Amino acid sequence: MSHPKEAWSSRLGIILAVAGSAVGLGNFLRFPGLAAQYGGGAFMIAYFISFLLIGIPIGWAEWTFGRHGGSLGYRSSPGIFHAIVKSRYGKFLGTIGLVIPIVIYTYYCYIEAWCLGYALNAAVGNLSQPGLNYGEFFANFTGAMTDGVALRFGIYDVGIFVLIVFVLNFYFIYRGISKGIETVCKYAMPALILIAVIVLVRVLTLGTPDPAKPDQNVINGLGFMWNPRDIAEGLKNPQLWLAAAGQIFFTLSIGFGVIITYSSYLSRKDDVVLSSLTACATNEVCEVGLGGLITIPAAFMFLGAAGIVGQGTFGLGFQVLPQVFARMPGGEIFATIFFILLFLAAITSSLSMLQPGIAFLEEGFGLKRKASVAFLGLVTACGSLFVWYFSKDLKALDTFDFWAGTLMIFVQATILIIVFAWGIGVEKGWQLMHEGAVIRAPSVFKFVIKYVTPTFLLAVFVLFLLNNVFGWNFAFGEAARFEPTSYVRDLIGPEPSQVARAGVLFIGALFVSILTLTHLAGKNWTTRPPSPGRN
Amino acid sequence: MTPGGWISLILSVGGVLTLFSWCIYRVLKAPEREHDLAHIEPQDRAHADE
Repeated sequence: MSHPKEAWSSRLGIILAVAGSAVGLGNFLRFPGLAAQYGGGAFMIAYFISFLLIGIPIGWAEWTFGRHGGSLGYRSSPGIFHAIVKSRYGKFLGTIGLVIPIVIYTYYCYIEAWCLGYALNAAVGNLSQPGLNYGEFFANFTGAMTDGVALRFGIYDVGIFVLIVFVLNFYFIYRGISKGIETVCKYAMPALILIAVIVLVRVLTLGTPDPAKPDQNVINGLGFMWNPRDIAEGLKNPQLWLAAAGQIFFTLSIGFGVIITYSSYLSRKDDVVLSSLTACATNEVCEVGLGGLITIPAAFMFLGAAGIVGQGTFGLGFQVLPQVFARMPGGEIFATIFFILLFLAAITSSLSMLQPGIAFLEEGFGLKRKASVAFLGLVTACGSLFVWYFSKDLKALDTFDFWAGTLMIFVQATILIIVFAWGIGVEKGWQLMHEGAVIRAPSVFKFVIKYVTPTFLLAVFVLFLLNNVFGWNFAFGEAARFEPTSYVRDLIGPEPSQVARAGVLFIGALFVSILTLTHLAGKNWTTRPPSPGRN
Repeated sequence: MTPGGWISLILSVGGVLTLFSWCIYRVLKAPEREHDLAHIEPQDRAHADE
C-alpha cells in the first residue's frame, strides 16, 4: 500500500521532537510537588532507580520497535506490532497505543488552552489585580464550577483559546513530520529551555522577598523542596515508590504509542541508543534541573509552606503560581513568559499525540494527508467537546486522564517490554537496538530488560491498581482496608457520575472502533503489504 | 537547607546535567548520515508536505 515517505531531517530534530513530546506540564508542576511531598532524598533515590530500570529500558525498546517497524514500512503502533509479532493477532497488541494518544489529546489541548489563556491574561495584567481570588478565576476560566460555561469566548474564558490551540495543532500536523512537528520542536524546545532559565535566575535571585518574613527566603525554599527526611523510612513507603516510578513513567512519554511512531521515520542505519538516551536526558534536565528549582522554591518564598501543601498539579500551576508572580517584582512579565513556557511544553506534547492516528489512517487505509487530518480532527473534536462542555470539577478530563491517560499506558508499556524481552527475545532485540548505534548500551541492561524491567513495571502496575482502583490503604493483616476509589464509585457506586460513565463509554467506543479498524487495516496489510522503508 | 538537602540537590541536578551534556556532546560529535537520515523529499508527490 502506498503511503507517504516522510522522514526527520536531522538526528537533533527527532531528539528534540521526542523530548518535546516528553516535556510537559508535569515537568514543571507535578514533579516538584511530588518531590516536596515525599522529601527530596528518598524520593530522588526511588526516582533515579525507576529512571534506570523503567525509563531508559522501555525507551530503548520503543525506539527500536519503531525504527524496525518503519524499516518494514509501518508507522503506527498496530502496524508495527503486526510486522514484529508473527501472529495474526499481533496487530491488536498495538491497538491501545493508538487509543491512548487520541484520548489524551482530547483533554490535553484543553489544558494547553488554559496555558495560552493564562499567558494572555497575565500579559494584560488580569492576573495581578489586587484582591483577585485566584481559585475563583481558575474555576471561571476553565468552567470548573459549572458544566457548559467553558463554551464562552471572552478573554476571561477558555473557549477562544481552545479553538486557537485546536487549529494550531492540526495546522502543524498537516504540514507533516519534517515541516510541521520537527520545525515546531526545533524552535519551541530551545525557547522553552531559555524561558525556564530566565525564570530560574529570577527565582534564585529573589533573596528574601518579604523582610517581615525572613524565614521565607530562597535557601529555605530550596530546602523545602530538597531537604531529605528519614531516607530509610521513606524508601520503605510503597506510596513513594509508586509516585516516583509513576512520575518517571509518564514524564518520559514512554509506552503510549508516540515514540514508536516517531522513531518509525528513522532509517535502519540511524542510531536509537544515543538518541533515546539524549531525549530522556533532555526531559530530565527540564524536570529536575529546571522544574525542581523553580516552582516550589518560588511558591515557598511568597506563600510559605502552608500555601503549597495539598496543592495538586493544577492548583500549583494555575492558582498558587499566579499569586506568586503577582507579588514578585516584574511579576506580569515573568507570569507571561512562564505560561508561554507551559504552552510550548504542552503544544510539543499535543502535536506528538496526533501523529500516531495520522500514520495509522494513512498506512492502514491509504488515506491522503487531508483526509486523515480531517478524520482525526473530527474524532478528537468530539472528545474535546465532551471535555470542554462537562467541565464541572474537571470530571470529564479527570476520567479520561485516569482510565486512558494512566491505566492504559501501564498496559501498553507492559505489552511492549514483554514482547521486546520475551516475544522477539532480548538477544534479537539487543541486536536490532544496536544497528547503526553511535554508542553501545552496557550489557547489564540485557538482564535488566529481560527480568528487572518487566517485574518492576508489573509490580508498580499492581500497586497502582490496588491503590487507585481498589483503594488499598497499604496496610497488611487486620489493618488492611480496601475501599473502591472515586474513579470506581463514579461508575458503579451508589451515586454514579453520569459524566464519568459517558467518558468511559467514549473510551470504550473508541477502543472497539480502533480494534475494528485495526482488523480491517490488517486485511489491507496482508493483501497489499506496505513497501519496506529506505534502508 | 540542611547539608542533606544540598547533597540531594547537587547530586540530582548535577547528575542530570552531566548526563545531558555528555549525550549532547556525543550527538554533535557523531556524523550525520547525509542522504539517509536527511531524506526529506517525498517519494509520493500526492503526499508531499505543503
